[in-house]
Amino acid sequence: MTTPIVSPALLDVSNLGVEFQTRGGVARVLEEVAFQVHRGETLGLVGESGCGKSMTALAMMRLIPTPPGRITSGRVVLDGKDLLALDEPAMRHHRGNRISMIFQEPMTSLNPAYTVGNQIGEAVRLHQGLDRKAATTCAIDMLEAVGIPAAKARVHDYPHQFSGGMRQRVMIAMALACKPDVLIADEPTTALDVTVQAQIFDLISDLRERTGTAVVLITHDMGAIAEMADRVAVMYAGRIVEEGSVAEVLQAPLHPYTRGLIACAPGRRTTGFGEPLTEIPGTVPSLLERRGGCAFADRCSDVQPRCRTHLPAETRIDAGRRRVLCWLHAEEKRETSS
Amino acid sequence: MTDALLQVRDLKVHFPMGGGILGARSFVKAVDGVSFDIPKGRTFGIVGESGSGKSTTALAVMRLVKITSGSMRLGDDDIGALEGEGLRKVRRRFQMVFQDPFASLNPRKRAGDAILEALELMDVGEPAARPALARQLFLQTGLRPEQLQLFPHQFSGGQRQRIVLARALAARPDLVVCDEPVSALDVAIQAQILNLMQRLQRELGLTYLFISHDLGVIRHMCDEIGVMYLGQIVEQAPREGLFERPLHPYTLALWSAAPSFDPGSRSRRDRIRLQGDPPSPIHVPPGCRFAGRCPFAEPRCHSEPPALREVLPGHQVACHRVTDAGQPAYREA
Repeated sequence: MTTPIVSPALLDVSNLGVEFQTRGGVARVLEEVAFQVHRGETLGLVGESGCGKSMTALAMMRLIPTPPGRITSGRVVLDGKDLLALDEPAMRHHRGNRISMIFQEPMTSLNPAYTVGNQIGEAVRLHQGLDRKAATTCAIDMLEAVGIPAAKARVHDYPHQFSGGMRQRVMIAMALACKPDVLIADEPTTALDVTVQAQIFDLISDLRERTGTAVVLITHDMGAIAEMADRVAVMYAGRIVEEGSVAEVLQAPLHPYTRGLIACAPGRRTTGFGEPLTEIPGTVPSLLERRGGCAFADRCSDVQPRCRTHLPAETRIDAGRRRVLCWLHAEEKRETSS
Repeated sequence: MTDALLQVRDLKVHFPMGGGILGARSFVKAVDGVSFDIPKGRTFGIVGESGSGKSTTALAVMRLVKITSGSMRLGDDDIGALEGEGLRKVRRRFQMVFQDPFASLNPRKRAGDAILEALELMDVGEPAARPALARQLFLQTGLRPEQLQLFPHQFSGGQRQRIVLARALAARPDLVVCDEPVSALDVAIQAQILNLMQRLQRELGLTYLFISHDLGVIRHMCDEIGVMYLGQIVEQAPREGLFERPLHPYTLALWSAAPSFDPGSRSRRDRIRLQGDPPSPIHVPPGCRFAGRCPFAEPRCHSEPPALREVLPGHQVACHRVTDAGQPAYREA
């Protein structure tokens, strides 16, 4: 456990709000999203599709398509500087340089018309003013760092000449070429086989340990969170509903949604064979359907009348290291596990 | 075993690749000698990574790819040899659920019509009784009869997979081949569909051939499991044996690669880590297909292909380094 007095976070996201103008009305995609990540730390963002994980990443990178999308509120403070307040040229200087991102689909996020060396080198040419030759050398170093054999020869290959796992390595090399402070990995292994996923996870962990890069890992897989993250934030319908250390959240989840996510995973030793899995009934509500109150109320097994009308205030537990957004744990019920 | 509903013997599916006027034609050996039985009412799982041939095996059982050799029997029907009208008639006994519920429904056809079409094609029930059958199928799969009028885009992913299940069940099949039926769904929805599939199996006495890359899903659903690597089953055992006592180094590697949040599961550091990618299924290595990536390979693994043999009751493995008594000899090394 770290001491309660910690250095200011490297990345401090507060009150982040994003909305999209749609034909059906205004969809509030993110509301009051807040979290901090320290140097060398991995924060996992977990939730079902449509809960706002990827939108959070795009908002941090300022890549929300505007219009129809719009960042309505909040701050994304990286090392003392609010990224949302920067003008576009200044933001461009940060993006890919100090904060970079690995996308879900290594097949579609590399340009098929350029060699991988060119694409990795582009970042350092732009951000660090290296010439082509130096950029190629840097690209070779990066390819070696991510474990691509014969990097010197392969730097001149095109994306289609690499397998899926290799392409994801190239993506990581690209994202890390400028030694960013923050790496956002949005479902980096979803398209990959488990043995390749394990390789990529090892790679990200090793790089994080070597360079002190803070990692925001976005995933729907609680197993991946358990393996990779130090802390986890659970998102539902555009809000963070629970946050805490991975060990605490996985062993003693407080929010009914977190409990459901953990319990419905198939194939765990704790579920006997032939026993039905715990279901979370229903589906994520559409963004336009959201009314007052807790968005999870309709699917929640512990729902109370006030859940449907009022959103609880965030409850902080364990000296603020843990928080939850649920009436079950609001005010009077502060004495939970421990 | 004579009580098997589905019996697959030495199934091979080779896809021809190019081949010039002079050059010898090469083949992708997608499935290369796979045998298994599924007793009635049980679930047989095939697990493996992309390119292992698990989906091709499913398609071969469905007779949706050309079989190079081997035999397949479903009860008394020789489904591997039938052709034409004979094959079409027997198809009602085996149906398939595909991975992507967004791609496996016609977007321009109402959900109810998709069901009715299946009933008509398979000649199930009297024409006048079919709408009632469709309603019943919808209820059985957890949908509401009024939703028969809707188009696929008006359903969520989980609901679409329910429609796909209802359509597969329309023919009243004995065997349902499920190729990654929940891989495209969110984890909370996965649980709903898996529970539904197990309930349907109990109620209707269905037999499942269940293909997945997800070890958790496989462990939850299957009675017996075959692990495929590069077109072959390298280990096959009842669920308990395979998960509690995996013997093939590839199975071990697969198990240890899967992220787990069970308390007491292995930590990340003491695992079998595989390097690189599987070899090409065109130029298959001469010995054990896994030898090139196996941390325990000996010289003969590279030259002599190991046969799948039973080392413990019901537990088969194809590895030179597992003793006939079911001991992993590589462990002591």
